[in-house]
Formats: sequence, structure tokens, C-alpha cells
Amino acid sequence: MGEEGPGMTQLRTPVRLNEGLLQDTSPTPVAAAGQTAGGAITNPAEEAVFAVSELNLWYGHKQALSDVTFDIPVNRVTALIGPSGCGKSTLIRCLNRMNDLIRGVRVIGRVDYHGQDIYAPDIDPVEVRRRIGMVFQKPNPFPKSIQDNVAFGAKVNGYKGSMGQLVERSLRQAALWEEVKDDLKKSGLALSGGQQQRLCIARALAVQPDVILMDEPCSSLDPIATLKIEDLIRELVRDYTIIIVTHNMQQAARVSDYTAFMLADDHGAGRLIEYGPASEIFTNPKEKRTEDYITGRFG
Amino acid sequence: MTTAAPITLRARGRVAMRQAISRASRYLFLGASLVGVAVLLLLAYETISSGVSRLSWDFVTNYPSRFAERAGLRSSAIGSTWVLGLTVVMALPIAVGTAIWIEEFAPRNKLLTIVKLNLANLAGVPSIIYGVLGLAVFGRYFGLGPSIMTGALTLSLMIVPMTVIASQEAIRQVPPSIRDGALALGATQWQTVWYHVLPGALPGIMTGIILAVSRAVGETAALIMIGAFTFIAFDNTSPREDFTTVPIQIYNWTIRPQEAFRQNAAAAIIVLMVAVLSLNLLAAVIRERFRRS
Amino acid sequence: MAVVTERLDGGNVHEALRKRPLNRWNEAVIKGLLTACAAVSLVTTFAIIFVLLEETVAFFREVSFSDFFLHTRWRPLAGNPSFGIWELVAGTMNVVIWSLVIALPIGLASAIYLSEYADRRTRNTLKPLLEALAGVPTVVYAYFALNFVTLDVLRPVLGNDVPIFNALAASTMLAVMILPTIASISEDAMSSVPRDLREAAYGLGATRLEVAVRVVLPAALSGVIASVLLAIARVVGETMIVAIAAGSTPNLTLWPLSTIQTMTGFMLQVGLGDAARGTVDYRSLFAVGAVLFAITLLFNIAATWFVGRFREEYV
Repeated sequence: MGEEGPGMTQLRTPVRLNEGLLQDTSPTPVAAAGQTAGGAITNPAEEAVFAVSELNLWYGHKQALSDVTFDIPVNRVTALIGPSGCGKSTLIRCLNRMNDLIRGVRVIGRVDYHGQDIYAPDIDPVEVRRRIGMVFQKPNPFPKSIQDNVAFGAKVNGYKGSMGQLVERSLRQAALWEEVKDDLKKSGLALSGGQQQRLCIARALAVQPDVILMDEPCSSLDPIATLKIEDLIRELVRDYTIIIVTHNMQQAARVSDYTAFMLADDHGAGRLIEYGPASEIFTNPKEKRTEDYITGRFG
Repeated sequence: MTTAAPITLRARGRVAMRQAISRASRYLFLGASLVGVAVLLLLAYETISSGVSRLSWDFVTNYPSRFAERAGLRSSAIGSTWVLGLTVVMALPIAVGTAIWIEEFAPRNKLLTIVKLNLANLAGVPSIIYGVLGLAVFGRYFGLGPSIMTGALTLSLMIVPMTVIASQEAIRQVPPSIRDGALALGATQWQTVWYHVLPGALPGIMTGIILAVSRAVGETAALIMIGAFTFIAFDNTSPREDFTTVPIQIYNWTIRPQEAFRQNAAAAIIVLMVAVLSLNLLAAVIRERFRRS
Repeated sequence: MAVVTERLDGGNVHEALRKRPLNRWNEAVIKGLLTACAAVSLVTTFAIIFVLLEETVAFFREVSFSDFFLHTRWRPLAGNPSFGIWELVAGTMNVVIWSLVIALPIGLASAIYLSEYADRRTRNTLKPLLEALAGVPTVVYAYFALNFVTLDVLRPVLGNDVPIFNALAASTMLAVMILPTIASISEDAMSSVPRDLREAAYGLGATRLEVAVRVVLPAALSGVIASVLLAIARVVGETMIVAIAAGSTPNLTLWPLSTIQTMTGFMLQVGLGDAARGTVDYRSLFAVGAVLFAITLLFNIAATWFVGRFREEYV
């Protein structure tokens, strides 16, 4: 609450956990270069799937992201939280190069995926997006049958195996199979909101990515559908890495292993303020701004 | 104590007159809106009463002739069908391709602005100029003469601009979220367009091309310029042949002084209008049916 | 088990993610085809300009500029030919003026009715009906102008002195042809005028008529002007109605009951005739065509400019 926790102003530089409590000898692939001053960023000691370094993004002349640096661990749920306009959606869309599609966008910095900078000039964004799936805020199933929705990604990526099996497996993984198995030819748009979102998850899973990005996946769903998806996330994380943007703090606290808090600076550019294990962020945040946001003083 | 006049909100004097004029003007303006429809009805009445007696199986299957009673629409109807068929086959891919380029692939630069402006201007170029273009380039320079091919090429160029604009509209109706969904799965831009954008835009594109065809079916001046005002007494079997069309046949009969030819023209107009109205109806039906879904 | 995407653990990430030459080639081919489609329209414009210019230049080697632009008589096939463009331009202006005289009041009144008086249902029925007028082939209007307007109306009413080919008959049908243009675009402009302007006027006690004519119409003026300019461009470019009903005799007059010839009428006449290539009559077709093209282009551009001005103000 109001208590100033220890070390609130002391920790100015990101602390690598292998210097601290949890000694970990597993190799940390290509470490992000440069430490961002002025933030309480605690990178996980585990293997990182993403290493973001000094990521900056402009929409035309307006800067939307400023010097974001942190590592995202494998097989964990990492949540990005913060008030509207803090850049969390922009940041997550950098991880699968969806921002490329916006005219006038400029990206400076590195996003290393398993050690390879996905913004390198010879990298194909299409291949990147195959491996890093995305689920959007408003469910956007194609105006086609459930079967065709799930199969589409695999089809365009040249899948030669049994489509029926792939569709079933993906729908099971998305906890939707039982509800739709009797009529896969039904239009995806005929499903309820929560079912549509799970269909979009199944569609993403069919491509067999290893990371799934979720941009506020529950914000247009009712509480029961939301809980179903949160349960699904905790199931899926056993096989996938999940990164979720959410404006719902309770959801972040329930669902995530690591949490990143962002704020827009005076110029409107998003900055990473604090990052660490969810347990610490929500009980003992290092930054006052984080604490203010979590306790509902603003945002 | 003076008694003041009771306060009333009813209009009196000048205000009442202004209101009366306003109410009367409603009917005046309504009448104006109906003038066009009235003329159309008058036109329909005149042509039907003049021409319906000429409509018969013979009329449709006879070749033109200098004897009005024996003259018919056979060759012009076949010519029209040939030209329109070829026109659609050529114009549709080019128009849809252009629209896709503009909406999905083109970099947002000066070239794009020029292309869009140019299309808008081309849509306003008089059809007789397209005829002159067709004559000079396809008829003379490419040596295709007054053939169906020349006619189709000319009409294609003429209807491409309006079809592009209609297709652009249809493509823009497809929500961006669909594109996002496809791209996020690792589809390329073209795969996204082919599997999702085009199917979604198809009703609008079809409406656009049908309306363009209904415009082309009535086109006269451009085809006269390329040489289709000619006496054809055979059935077309190849695009290299000379030809004529129904509107040109109507023109032919209209300028003849004999009353019998006037009847022929009226009958041919009935046939032409049935075609035009059917096409417009088809376009409207498609538009409505897909607006629901 | 078949796999869509191979896992990257320990594998060569760079190799998996980099651009494949085959895919790049495919996308390049497709993009090239689409760009070629877009190029067709650019090439069309170049071709039109080139074709017109080439023969016009040749034309002006034989006919001087002053003969063309400063003289009035257009007699290209006479023994002593003259090539003054003004008779043809006058013919075109003749029908433009008289068709506007008829169409403008009716079109504006229709627009006012649809925008200010009609309820939504009436509007949704009437507007498509009005737009149907634009779909009628012009040769049909031409037939009607000659047979009905001249023969069944003008001559019985005004006497048999009325020439069988006259500008007025053509103008009436041209007016019907451009009615949807004026009415539809003006109505769009008037509907876009924000409600607060109307409500302010109503609040001051204005009647519906006064609001329509003194508030909305002036506010929508740029849009109305655009509609008129577009209508003029269409009339100038129209061929069949004038060729059939207005005549093929060049005449320097604006009197509606005269036989005239418009620029388009002349062009059609050449197209129907046997002018041999390389002769000055053949080339006159292109010279007149160039003037026609320039005029319609100017009016279309002006209309676009006015539409832009209207959008700036209100949309």
C-alpha cells in the first residue's frame, strides 16, 4: 500500500538474476545489449525466447516505443500491462513484425528470437509470423467454416499431412473440440464470442508455432468466457510460450509468470518501467509508478 | 383594466403566408423529382406502342434489310454478344488487378496518386474519344480493322476506369481484421488477397462489372468510330470478323425517314432496354443479397 | 507425424527464418503483373494524348492556327474549305446552355426535395429511380428526341417551320440525361451540410423552404457547382443524341430551334464517312477531338476541385 518497499530508489540498473539469488548455470542465449537506465528490469534466469534490445518505434514522426530492453522466457506466460497508450500493443506487435504492415512505421533496435534478430534485412517476416502466432483483441474468425478457419494457416504454409487430424488436434488444444465437433462446416461467425476467440486460438495453434502472442484476448468477452481462456492459457503454456497484453491487472496477476509494466513518457513514447516475476511485481513492486498503477491510483 | 389580446401561437399575416408558400413548395419540388420518371414512362409508352407490334421471332432472327418488314436484329444481337463477352474477359482481370494493386500492394507515393487521378479523369473522357483511340491504335496501327476484337479492346479500355473504382470500393469493405488474421498466420500478402480479400470483395466487384457491361451494351459512338456501322448479313463466328451491334442498328433505323423503320427502331429499343434493365436488376439483386449476409 | 512448422530447438534459426528465393520470385511476379494492370490505365491516357496530338500537329501544318481558332465557318468538305472551329463550338454550347436551362432548376428542385423534404423511405425509393435515368443508352434518348420531341411535340405545338433537326429537341433529352448527375451530386452535397446550420435557422423561425433555399443551398454551393460542371462535361462529350436530333449542319447560333452541328456530331460524321488517311478531313477529326478532350478534361478537373473545396468545408 503506502509503505515504501526496500530498494525503491536504489535499483536503477537492470539486475541480471544470475548475479543475484537464483544462480543458474543454463546458457542464456544472445544477451540483450545495453542496460536501460531508470527502470527496474529483472530479466529471468531461464532460457529466453525473445531478447529485446533498445527497441524504438516511430509511426511517422510520432515515437511510440522508446528504448525497450528485456528478455522473455520460454514456456512461461509473460504479461504486458499498463494504461492506455503506453505502447504495450505496439510492443507485442513488434515481436511478430505485424507493425511492418503499417505505412510509415520505423523500427530501430533488435528483437532477437532464439538468438536471431528478426528485423535483420534478409529475414522473411512471413516465416517469422508462422512461428510466432497472434490472437487479437476482437475475435476475427474468417467468414468461412470452422474447418476452413483452422486449416487455413496450415494450408498456406504447405502442410501435407492429414488436415482432419490437424484440425481436430488444434481444436482440442483450444478446448473447443467438444463444442463444435458435430458440425465443423458451420460458419465460424455463428459461434459465440468466447468460442470465436478459442477458434482463433485453434487457428493459430494449427500452424504449430512456438510462441503465441495475445493482444487483450479477453477484453471483448464476458467473464465466463474470459475464465475459460485464462484456463486455456495455463494449459497451453506447457507447450508454448505465451505473451499476453492485458489492461486487466487481476488477470495479469492470475495468469502470468512474468509481468512487464509500461508507461508513456512525456512525448507519448512507451517505456518499460518495471519487469520481473509476477509475484514480485504485484506484491512488492520496485517502482512507485508501478505500485500506483497496480493499486489503482491511475490508469 | 385593459384586456390584452389572448396569446396565440397560430401564425397570422406574413408568417402564415410564408408557411403556406413553404408547404406548397413541397409539392413543387416533389413534382420536379418526378419529372425524370415521368419522361421515362413516356418514353417507354411511346416505344412500346410503336414497336411492340414488330416484336416477333422473325424480327429477332432476320438479318437487316432495306425492306423494313424483313429487317431484323439477328446479326447485331450476335455482334453485341460477341463484343460484350470479349470485353468482359479482357476488362475484368485488368480492372480487378489494378484495384488490388491500388488497395493492397502499391507503395503510398506519388505514383499511386497519379494512377488514381488518372483513373478518375479517364472515367470522364467522352466515349467518342475512346472510339478515336480504338480506330487509330487497334484498327489502323495494329491492323485489326473494324473487327470484333477492335471493338472489344476499345470498350474494355472504356469500362476499365469505372470498374476499377467499383472494385476499389468493394475491396475496402473487407475489414482489416480479416487481413490481420491471415497475415498473423504466416500468409503472404498475395495469399491473403487471394483467399480472403477477393472472396469478400466478390459481390461488389460483380456488381461493378455488371453495371459496366450495362453501360457498354448501349454504347454506340465509340463502335461507330471503329467502323461497326456496316451492313452485316451473317452470323459472327470469329473475333476477326466485321460486326455490328444492336445500338448501332437502332441508330441506323432511326435516321431513316420511313415510318416502318421507326417501328423497327422502337422494337429494337425494347429489346435493348430489356437487356439493360435485366443487367441493372441483376446488379441490384446481388448487392442486396450480399448486404444481408 | 507431419508437421507444419519445425521446432527451432538447437536448429539453425537464421536458416529457418530467412527469405527463400522461390517465394521472393513468386511474390515479385505477382506484384509485377498487378503493376502491369495498373499501368494499362496510364498507357491509355498516353495513347489518347499521343494519337490526338500526332494528327493534330499534322493538321496544323495545313491549316493555320488563326484559321482554326479565329474563324467561324466550318466547311471542311467544301471546294474552298474553311476550318473555323467556332461553328462547332457554338453548336456544342447551344445544347449545353439549353439543356442546363431545363435540367438545372428541375435537378436542383429534385435535390432539395430529396434532401430537405422527403422522409427516408421516399428518398430510398426515389433516388434509385432517378439514378436509373443515367443507365438509359443515349441512342434511346436520341430516338426519343427525334421522334417524340420534334415530331410529336415541337412541330404540332410550334408549327412545321421547326426544323426536323434542331438543338432544342436534343437539349431536352440531354437535360433528362444529366438530371441524375445534377440531382444526385447536389443532393449528396446538401445532405452533408451539418444539421446545426439548419437547426439554427429553424430556431429563428424560418420555414422549410427558406432553410432549404437560403441556408442549405448556399452552404452546399461548391457541391452544386461541381455537379453542374460534371453535367456540362457529359453534355459536351455526348454524341448520339446530338448527332441524331440536332443535325449535321454547322451553324454559328445559340438559337435553340436551329439545325446545328456539335463537335461530337462532326466527329461521328467523319467516322461514318470515307475520309482517307492523311487527308486534311481525316486530320480535322483529331483536331476537333483534341479540343473536345481538352474541354472535357478541364471541366472534370474543375468539378473535382469544387468537390474538394466542399469536402474541406464540411466533411
